[in-house]
This record gives sequence, structure tokens and C-alpha cells, in this order.
Amino acid sequence: MTRAGRGNGRREQVSREQGDYRRDRPELGDRVHQDGPPGGRLGPSVRGGDGSREQSMVPRAEFRSYYGRQILKTPAWEDKIAYYFFAGGLSGGCALLAAGADLTGRPGLRRGTRVSGLAALAVGSYYLVADLGRPERFHHMLRVAKPTSPMSMGTWLLAAYGPGLGLAAVSELVPSRWRGTVPGRLVGALARPSGLAAAALAPGVASYGAVLLSQTAVPAWNTAHEELPFIFTGSSAASAGGLGMILAPVAEAAPARRLAVYGAVLELAASRRLESRVGLVREAYDTGRAGRYLQRASTLTAGGVLGSMLLGRRSRLAAVVSGAALLAGGVFERLGLVHAGIQSTQDPKYVVVPQRERLEERAAKG
Amino acid sequence: MAEHKIFGPETDPAGDAGYPADHPARKGFFTDTSICIGCKACEVACKQWNDVPDDGFDLLGLSYDNTGALGASTWRHVAFIEQPATHAAPIDLGPPARGPAPSTVDLGMPSFSKPGDGSGVEDREEFRWLMSSDVCKHCTHAGCLDVCPTGALFRTEFGTVVVQQDICNGCGYCVSGCPYGVIQRREGDGRAWKCTLCYDRLKDGLQPACATACPTQSIQYGDLDELRVRAAARVETLHEQGVTAARLYGEDPDDGVGGNGAFFLLLDEPEVYGFPPDPVVPTRDLSRMWKFAGAAALALASAAVAVFGGPA
Repeated sequence: MTRAGRGNGRREQVSREQGDYRRDRPELGDRVHQDGPPGGRLGPSVRGGDGSREQSMVPRAEFRSYYGRQILKTPAWEDKIAYYFFAGGLSGGCALLAAGADLTGRPGLRRGTRVSGLAALAVGSYYLVADLGRPERFHHMLRVAKPTSPMSMGTWLLAAYGPGLGLAAVSELVPSRWRGTVPGRLVGALARPSGLAAAALAPGVASYGAVLLSQTAVPAWNTAHEELPFIFTGSSAASAGGLGMILAPVAEAAPARRLAVYGAVLELAASRRLESRVGLVREAYDTGRAGRYLQRASTLTAGGVLGSMLLGRRSRLAAVVSGAALLAGGVFERLGLVHAGIQSTQDPKYVVVPQRERLEERAAKG
Repeated sequence: MAEHKIFGPETDPAGDAGYPADHPARKGFFTDTSICIGCKACEVACKQWNDVPDDGFDLLGLSYDNTGALGASTWRHVAFIEQPATHAAPIDLGPPARGPAPSTVDLGMPSFSKPGDGSGVEDREEFRWLMSSDVCKHCTHAGCLDVCPTGALFRTEFGTVVVQQDICNGCGYCVSGCPYGVIQRREGDGRAWKCTLCYDRLKDGLQPACATACPTQSIQYGDLDELRVRAAARVETLHEQGVTAARLYGEDPDDGVGGNGAFFLLLDEPEVYGFPPDPVVPTRDLSRMWKFAGAAALALASAAVAVFGGPA
């Protein structure tokens, strides 16, 4: 179309400051944009100095918009929700490792993962509440149980999961002189069943956040609903495995190492599938803060896996370094996913282009 | 427990939400943008009636639009689009003010003619101005309402969707649940706000403030069934007059949100006005999403069992 040369979606990317429109306004309201296919982490895209792409494999998509303004609202969530997802997933992974360590007689691994699982849950809960616009009304979540709201389901899941993990963790912290008392013996006796109950819910705790993100109109999250749960549980397993390697003696840490490797491979494979499947919105994952965070996540996770496989059983130091890399990778992964969603709401192309294609397909079918 | 629909045509959302059969008919807006004159009376009336705070006084440089978009503190937003256009016959502005005027007294005021009246259509500038007053769509299947974890968002007996401000804890889920980008958390307040379709006025048998203030009846309020009939007739009239681009947006009960309680007559593609061309309520894929999450949870659980099976 005629005014298409007026810049691609990149230059017109919508800033959160409305004033930016003045600098780059068209003479008229109705804009026609062009944009190329996603390039990115794996793609061959080469960008020119002004951010435009010099090469593209598919014809550029054209779309119209209202002054290039974003259609969707930028999510109210930012980094805090990413930290919550990380901490919640880590806690779930820890609860699973703790239950296994308890049943297979690995007291070092059990103690470390029970206590840190509870600590992670506490940290996660802090971020979850702090992210609210009205934190003092957190308990309003408990007014209803609503199957159409993954956040409501998640709240109840956490409410059921927390006490079991808490009791198991408390049993590790009871000073030896109190263990003979009636409350001490009671806690000791309940530690295993309550830890197992928490472990039964832990996979749900680690995965529901993916549904929470996907069940939104946010293009990057909604489109990726097939892969996000696997990235979530994979990353949770990698993080918890990494923490287990840090906390437990090398002799007890074999299950933690295996869980870390399994989780990291799952996370990386699911991310790869996401990139190849989501189409245009892949660009939201590849660029800006999201792109940088996800790149760092992949590097740290891959490095952590290699470290744990090659050196994890030989040296405690290598285990600690690899574990820390896996944990950091988990944080960046969640930050990257959250920011990909945010970025995908800030450019109307992620809304208009796929929806237009859908309409055209439907029209072609009759 | 009654089965609740989360997707597809739904004739009675209030009934689906549990109101007894004698609840009022579903109310809504039909915004006919072909007769909008961009006066922004709707924006002002809404602010005044609902005591909505200002959200900045920026000059955006977007034609006459200094409001920008719907948001926590903007519940009506008039879009202005300046387009190149070739003029065919002028649009008949339709229903309002037809027939003889009520008896008037000649005050001897100077008269005037419309621009272009003297020279003919062909001499006018090749330009058209689209104006459209946007509002919350009060969807049949409302993404915001579905995801709200506190029950703050609810379906009224009129079939509209309203936030209870004494319940909302500002979790922000509704903000991302809306496929139109309507609802938003208000800075400094922390809670989510949007159009209530003047729930208080409806309770008292009044029209919403914006529809009452609209001087051209571009914003029409009423029973949704009746509005749909009226809108279909208006589109037909416009098509007969050669305005083939006229189309309805959001009135189709088969669309991705089960149709809107507030729908529009547009003269161009929806995205030109800032609407998503084919919105879908995210809840549609709820069970599919949980299935993937379940598979991922199972993968984690079985891995946790397996890792304790190998050599120490």
C-alpha cells in the first residue's frame, strides 16, 4: 500500500510514554505498517542501523492500526511476578526432592530441600502479595474458588501445598532437646506424610503459572500455551536440582544432579519448540529485555547442565557453581517470559497481523 | 450445578450467571460512528457522572484525539482518524431530527450553508474524517470477569460487567484478560477500573450518562435485541446509499467473545479505529491449557520419581 514505506513496526514500536507519538506522527491517523518475519535467537535476521531488517525470508506483513498505538493494555505485572514464578517453581521442585530424599534415606539432601523449599515459598508469597495493587486485600483471593481463573485455582493450590511443606520444614528445625517432647514427637511423626502431601501438589504448583500467563489476551503468552507449562516445570526442576547440588553433600546429590539435567533439557527443548511454532510473536521473545534475559537464561542453564554432568560428582565447588548457574538461569528464564509478554502487548502488529490472517483463512474457507 | 458456558453464542448471560428468569432484558450500546461528530460530550459526561479522575492533559498530536485510549480513568474514548477519501454522495445522517421541526420563532439570525453546498461535491477535498466513541464492550464471555480471582468483577442483572471496588485487590489479571485493552489498574489507587455502563443509573431506570449526552444519537442505549435490529437496518440503509464500507463490529453472537453488549457501526476496518480485528476470549482454551499443564506436571512428577531410581 502507498504509505507503507513510512517505517516498519520496529520504528513505530509503541513507547509507554504517549508523548512519543509526536516525534513520529504520520500526516493522517490511519497507518499502514510493514513488518518482517521474526528472526532472532536462531534466525538469520540482520538489522540495519535504524533497526530495519536487511534480509527477510518471507514477504513482509502489512497491517493497519490507529496511529501505531498499542491495542492491548500493558500487563500490570512486572519483575515481581517473575520472581514469584521462579520462587514458587523452585519450592515445588524442592518439595519433590525432599520427599524422594526422605524415602531413600538421604538426610542431607532432605534437610536442605525441605527448609529451602519453605523459604522459597515464603519469598514467592512475598512477591505475590507485593505485586497486588492493594496488598492489604490479599485475603480477598479466598472469597471465591473459581475454576475459570487460574489465579484463583493457584491460590487454593498454594493454600493446600504450603502447610504440608511448612510442617516438614519445621521438623528439620526443631532443636534436639525438644524432639522428645510431645509436640516435638508429633512434628517428627507428621513430617513424612505432610512432606509427601506437599510433594503430591508440587507439580501443580510448578506448572499452574503457565496457565495463568496463557489464559490472557497477551499474544506472547497466549500463543505459547503449549510450551509454557513445560518450560515452567523444566525450569523448576533445573532450579531445584541446582539448589540440591549446592545444599547436599556430593555423595547424596545424585538425584539432584539428574533432576537438574532432566529439567534443563526439558526447558531448553520446550523453548526451542516455542520459537519454531509461535510465528510472528517470536520476535517479542527475541528482542529487547526479553531477548536478553532469555539468551542469558539459555547460556546459564546450558552451562549449569554441562557443569553438573561433567564435574558435579567430582567436586563440591563445581557442584555449587553449576547449581548457582542453574538457579540464575531459572530467574532469567521467568524474567524473559514475563517481558516477552509485556513487549508483545506494546506493538499492535502482534494483535492485528495474526487476527487478520485468521479472518482471511476463515473467509477463504467460506 | 448448572453448566456455565464459557464460549459460543449465549442468549442470556445474566441468566447464565444465576439471575432468576425475571431479570431485566440485556442492556447495551449501539455506537453508530457514521453520525459521530467528535464532540466528546460522551467523554465529559462519563467523567462527570462517574467522578472519574483526570489522567493527564497531554497533547498527543493525533488529530483531535488527546485522550489516546480507554483506560482506568477513561471509560469513553473518541478516536479521530483523518483519511484520504474520494467523495461519493454525502452520507445521509439518518434517524435523528427527521420530520418537521417543532414550531419555531424566527429570531432573525444570519443563516449559513454547509461547506461545499455552493460548489458541488466534486470540489471538496479528498479527505474524510472518521470519529468513533469507544467504550467497554461488556462481552457475552468477558475475559476480565472469567479470570478475576476475587469475585470483584461480576455480571449484573442487565448482562453488563462491573467491578466492585470494595472487593478488587488489584491483582491485575483482568488487565491482561481483556482482548480489547479496556480495563486497567489505576496508578496511585491500585485497583482495576472500567466502564460500569452506569450501573447506578440503570438501577434507577435512567440511560447511561454518555448516551444521554450524545447530541447526535451516535451512542444509542437500550435492549440489546432491539439495538441489533436497529443496527442491521442502519447498515442496510448505508449500503443502499453507496456506503459499502459500513459494517457492524461486535454484534455477532458467533464471534470470539459471544458478541458484545456494546457494539459499533464502523466505516473502515476495525484496526483502523484501534479495535482488534478478531478478538477471542482467552477462556475459550481453558481446558486445553490445563491439559498441557497437566502433562507438564506429570512429566515433572515422573522425573522426580525416576531420579531416585538410578545409582547413588
